[in-house]
Amino acid sequence: MKASQFEYEKPDTLQTALALLAQHREATVLAGGQSLGPLLNLRIAQPKLLIDVRGLAELSAVRDVGDAVELGACVTHAAIEDGGVPDLARGLLRSVARGIAYRAVRNRGTLGGSLAHADPAADWVSVMALLEANLLVRSAADERRLPAASFMTGPLSTRLMAGEIIVSIRIPKFSDRTRAGYYKFNRKPGEFAEAIGAILVDPDRGIHRAVIGATAGAPFVIEDASALLDRVQSPRMQELVTTAGFIPGSYEHRVHLVALQRAAAKLQ
Amino acid sequence: MKIVALTVNGKPVEAAVEPRTHLADFLRERLRLTGTNLGCEHGVCGACTLMIDGAPARSCITFAAACAGAEVRTIEGFDDDALMERLRQAFTAEHALQCGYCTPGMLVTAYDIVMRLPDADEARVREELAGNLCRCTGYVGIVRAILHVLATRCAR
Repeated sequence: MKASQFEYEKPDTLQTALALLAQHREATVLAGGQSLGPLLNLRIAQPKLLIDVRGLAELSAVRDVGDAVELGACVTHAAIEDGGVPDLARGLLRSVARGIAYRAVRNRGTLGGSLAHADPAADWVSVMALLEANLLVRSAADERRLPAASFMTGPLSTRLMAGEIIVSIRIPKFSDRTRAGYYKFNRKPGEFAEAIGAILVDPDRGIHRAVIGATAGAPFVIEDASALLDRVQSPRMQELVTTAGFIPGSYEHRVHLVALQRAAAKLQ
Repeated sequence: MKIVALTVNGKPVEAAVEPRTHLADFLRERLRLTGTNLGCEHGVCGACTLMIDGAPARSCITFAAACAGAEVRTIEGFDDDALMERLRQAFTAEHALQCGYCTPGMLVTAYDIVMRLPDADEARVREELAGNLCRCTGYVGIVRAILHVLATRCAR
């Protein structure tokens, strides 16, 4: 399994990368390569040009911006796992990072790359929706901010337009009383999730949000999940899993319900 | 073709590579470093795991052209490494390999576990090994070998 032929450029600055991307609309951006690499080897992706942005300073910075933290798109899962970024949501980021694939993958795979790849079963897609993060995306001509919750439009598709690169991900800071629960259902550590349940409660900011992830497309966000938190076995939870697109009584419905219940149980 | 300059097992290497050549093929076919094995070639099985800049990475989904300036260490680069010597001995003593195909990747991952997680218990070692598949041993010997090295390292 060898990739088909492509050209390769490694620009020194984000500006050069964006200019290249503007010139070559059929180019693909390479960050950590942990999702794109397999797609290239399997020849599912056959770009004419790879623009390697790994290691660009503009994409690697971690900045405290007052009420939020901004993580460069090329921050690796391993850096988050090792505490290289500020702790947000009571250690949620670190524990999620540790469960992504394997250490050899986490050493190179990036937050922005995972979001851009938009596998429904990937962890950050669900977690960034839960945390109400937003993405700064830039093209040679423009830049804009997109909410993480509506960034994905379907499996492997996003609102990213031709010529755009994710620059950073802004995650709001939560209060000290915040609690978070995350549960990923898979058969072997590191595999893509069969089901994801995630819940965030910040009483000081009135947040009771839940996410059902590893769906057929974008993560399913439940803005007011307060009713779920009182009684984990509530029929309301079953209804929500159904609304998220799963057929009652099916295996998928069952595992997504269990993932959500276990995420809720982890809060307590 | 792209000219790439990197360090492999401490030696500077400069070569013209096709951008699509992954690092494992470059090492095996150009540098004749065949200790790095290729299994699945899409980042799942872990056989091709080696060190890039001191951290384990999959060489089958890393392109050689993207390794400019990198320090690559393959299993051959650990020949004189004291910790790797002990891991090799422990793998032998615990019968941690049968066909040996996964072993170079297993040893690199084991090395990373011992260096990065000196307090790892059996559950953690198993979790950390999830990215390296062995179809012969059932992992029992591999886990024992790593735990043995962890324990003797702590005792020192």
